[in-house]
Amino acid sequence: MAFAGRRDVPEPPDFGILKRLARDQLIYLLEQLPGKKDLFIEADLMSPLDRIANVSILKQHEVDKLYKVESRPAPSASDQFCFLVRPRIRTMRYIADIVNADKMSGRSRKYKIIFSPQKFYACEMVLEEEGVFGDVTCDEWSFYLLPLDEDIISMELPEFFRDYFLEGDHRWINSVARALQLLNSLYGPFGKAYGIGRCAKMSYELWRDLEEESEGDGQGRKPEIGNIFLMDRDTDYVTALCSQVVYEGLVDDTFRIKCGSVDFGPDVTSSDKSIKVLLNAQDKVFSQIRNEHFSSVFGFLSQKSRNLQAQYDRRRGMDIKQMKNFVSQELKGLKQEHRLLSLHIGACESIMKKKTKQDFQEMIKAEHSLLEGVDVRESTSFIEEHIDRQVSPIESLRLMCLLSITENGLIPKDYRSLKTQYLQSYGPEHLLTFHNLKHVGLLTEQAAGETLTAVESKVSKLVTDRAAGKITDAFNSLARKSNFRAISKKLGLIPRVDGEYDLKMPRDMAYVFSGAYVPLSCKIIEQVLERRGWLGLEEVVRLLNGNEFSVSDSAVEDNPAWESQRVILAVFLGGCTFSEIAALRFLGKERGCKFIFLTTAITNSARMMEAMIEAKA
Amino acid sequence: MSRARADEEEYWHSSKFRAFTFDDEDDELSQLKESKRAVNSLRDIVDDDDDDLERVSWSGEPVGSISWSIKETASSSTSSLEGRDSGLQKGSSSYAAFPKQVSSYSLSSLFKGELCLSLSALSDTGVKNYAPELRRPKAEYKVSSLSWGLSDVPYAYLYLFYLQVCSLERFRSLQDKLVLLDEAVAGHDGNVITAVLIFLKRTLRREILFRELEVRQVALCHLIHFLKEAGEQKLLLDLLRFLDRTEEVALSQYREHLNIQDVEKRREFLKGCIGLPFSAEDTSHIQDHYTLLERQIIIEANDRHLETAGQSEVFRKYPRKASILNMPLVTTLFYSCFYHYTEAEGTFSSPTNLKKTFKIPDKQYVLTALAARAKLRAWDDVDALFTTKNWLGYTKKKAPIGFHRVVEILQRNNAPVQVLQEYVRLVEDVETRLNLATKYKCHDVVIETYKDLKDRIQLTAYKCKVERGSAEEEKINSILNNMQIRWKN
Repeated sequence: MAFAGRRDVPEPPDFGILKRLARDQLIYLLEQLPGKKDLFIEADLMSPLDRIANVSILKQHEVDKLYKVESRPAPSASDQFCFLVRPRIRTMRYIADIVNADKMSGRSRKYKIIFSPQKFYACEMVLEEEGVFGDVTCDEWSFYLLPLDEDIISMELPEFFRDYFLEGDHRWINSVARALQLLNSLYGPFGKAYGIGRCAKMSYELWRDLEEESEGDGQGRKPEIGNIFLMDRDTDYVTALCSQVVYEGLVDDTFRIKCGSVDFGPDVTSSDKSIKVLLNAQDKVFSQIRNEHFSSVFGFLSQKSRNLQAQYDRRRGMDIKQMKNFVSQELKGLKQEHRLLSLHIGACESIMKKKTKQDFQEMIKAEHSLLEGVDVRESTSFIEEHIDRQVSPIESLRLMCLLSITENGLIPKDYRSLKTQYLQSYGPEHLLTFHNLKHVGLLTEQAAGETLTAVESKVSKLVTDRAAGKITDAFNSLARKSNFRAISKKLGLIPRVDGEYDLKMPRDMAYVFSGAYVPLSCKIIEQVLERRGWLGLEEVVRLLNGNEFSVSDSAVEDNPAWESQRVILAVFLGGCTFSEIAALRFLGKERGCKFIFLTTAITNSARMMEAMIEAKA
Repeated sequence: MSRARADEEEYWHSSKFRAFTFDDEDDELSQLKESKRAVNSLRDIVDDDDDDLERVSWSGEPVGSISWSIKETASSSTSSLEGRDSGLQKGSSSYAAFPKQVSSYSLSSLFKGELCLSLSALSDTGVKNYAPELRRPKAEYKVSSLSWGLSDVPYAYLYLFYLQVCSLERFRSLQDKLVLLDEAVAGHDGNVITAVLIFLKRTLRREILFRELEVRQVALCHLIHFLKEAGEQKLLLDLLRFLDRTEEVALSQYREHLNIQDVEKRREFLKGCIGLPFSAEDTSHIQDHYTLLERQIIIEANDRHLETAGQSEVFRKYPRKASILNMPLVTTLFYSCFYHYTEAEGTFSSPTNLKKTFKIPDKQYVLTALAARAKLRAWDDVDALFTTKNWLGYTKKKAPIGFHRVVEILQRNNAPVQVLQEYVRLVEDVETRLNLATKYKCHDVVIETYKDLKDRIQLTAYKCKVERGSAEEEKINSILNNMQIRWKN
């Protein structure tokens, strides 16, 4: 076997307690408003809430009616309103409108706002401005962590990506630090911390600050998670921009997995109804195909259905007693498996149909060329044609970004012409999208560096030394070059393969991209864990624009015999894709260690692109 | 289960790798279809008590789910949750990932401390006893007894300022304010940074604040983001102007058009945007945006009239599905190729006029016109699109896009084989031509290509693909019998 010599992979810790904590706190908060009340829930919070509580729990705590935030309450509604919201100014105005309308009509009610995961000062300021500050009470529901699966924890904050990387707002760093604090107290102490990226560094520092202020009663305890690795999404945009071809990633790209579950429409279920399916390790069929390359999935499913058929067939020729046994013991399991099988077969069919329609093959080919840095002209005209034919606006944008990042920016002529054609095909208002993409460095024009330097020197004249350093930093981050080609060469991200790459017997993490590319983010993690630090990676770090760190906590007992030494919490700030998860799961199996994923949200190329589009207010 | 596991292992490891392509429709899909048939054949024994199973294995829109309930409230807002209880209990099973027993982390002990804290904003509540998991740093509730000194403001105390902003009022000198801001930035908590900025915004003259922010990029980002979110557009523009970020001023103003629903107002607004300080390149995009909407308004008014009058055949046969207002240029071009193809260049709705006005590249124009005319099955127009005459008067077929694309578009619009064949023949690359011809059953092209390649074996093999006794078969036979051809095999 390829994995000779690997140790047994440690079991992941039980994250169920996180759900229980969140649920208990919510119940406590609801009890703070005794009596019947109507509950208004923010749309973004509904799915996460569904995963930890249900209507009967809410009802037990005297929630009468449920509304979606932004909808108008019924006139006859209850005397108490409770709002479960994200801390957003827009939502505050909505609540203030309700309160003020009640005041106008002389209706008196109690109002309570529960902010999740935390309250922002700006929100309270809006309540104050709207004149409702004393009329509402505010609480925080510290629901930072939602376990989506046995090894995935999500903060369910997709806006983190835009807020931090586009707007430069640090509002969620505190939430990340608190999430780390909670995990550290339950499953730590984490003995070793690694990281790369500006946000990773800040989150780490803020977390350490929080830890220092609390008593160190976690010390000396035997940890369940021994290592932590923090990474900013902008360390590696390339991986997130690639088309996903492992099953789970493909399902996410095609149907959108939301909070660990997916809606399979009629084309999958081959009936007239949609089915909502939880996709996790409990699904016996899914758990075996989720990390596989799509090409291996068909064969597996057909093998599986043959087995199933055989097991059913055993029924023939059974006597009454055997039959009774069969029905009571096996039938249920078989039926469940049957359901799962037919759903995933349906999903595969639907994916195949969609992909063949969009000349997926050609697109993958173009992507691989971009990753490898060959036939750039051809790929550029492929993208151009994609735009001209008005194929999906998101896909076109994604391909342009991939071209830009792998080539360190588009040459000005291409930039102009692709941009013009894009605006003509998908609408002139995307001018704003292009501006955003340029700002975050996803889609840039070559030689933009000069203008930046001009501004920089102009500004620097005005400033004191200390501040000037900071500014240069800030400008560097704006102007950062991706250096992808150089990094790729240094780390060997494009495997040199003689003959075909065997996707069923993967030899490295490149299998998640059909053997064409080892995901950069995962390669960095692999290298740093192997070296127990950044030593020897100086050149790579420089190309990645620095901000790396590696800290061992001397106070934490370092016992190599502990399994926790082989459990790593991989923290993705700004989102993590299922391809990366699959790659690290593979690495874990190879190396006998277990990765736990903590991400601000599950992401993919489409979500990243959508986050860059301006919508009406 | 071990037997099954062994099977799987065997499957994953034994089967030989084959190159996989998403184009390989037949093969992979047939494998899938086969599995599907196998699974479906089991349905009769399985389907008897589906519901039971659903409850066990799926959370599939379970009756107790919160999203479901909200949808219910939306549809019948008067009904309360009463009487839905039986369903709830059932549905809940899929979510009950934990034993129902009371957790060891008891509620009151856990959260009392925190709540008192946030409710009464730091009054000394004497909360000492709570579980370690969710607590805040203890510094937070010690604060009220602290006296402030600016020498070294530790971050943890600072964190509290936003809860008690009145205490910020103590920071009156500019220097104190700036230290406060710098400390907030150093603490990495955006919430605190914004809180301090709101305080500074209230207590400092704009120019002073702007001037100080110019050298504090992180804080500046926070203020800009806050102003965007709070909709304080005027102040935002002032700030950007102060910073000389003229392009952002322009973009930020242009952005407002997204919120204008009324098309006439939107047009007027866009007209005003043309003079904004965009880059030269973007100015022309904005100009185009305005011109496009202006055109669309004219076209829309005309066509609505045409459609209701019922005089025009194309509108009667293909009623418009949506208005053309606010659509992208290419969509507008498609529309105009569809409904106004033959119009003279002088009219606003004619495709040639659009092409000229917006300098649409040939390639883009041909692609769009082709798609539109093919959709109408106007094959003569398609033909004309690619026919050029040279100076000697010979006609020739030329396309700015590859002919394989032309074929693909025609095929998607169900063009008949005769039409398709003509363009397949024009595909330059022999292999692509053969592939397309075989795929779309353009027998003549296949036969001729093999003849040109002098490939007797392939041609002979192809005989079984054509109908017996057909003209194609005859053609193959006559070629094979042609003694003049020097076959390469």
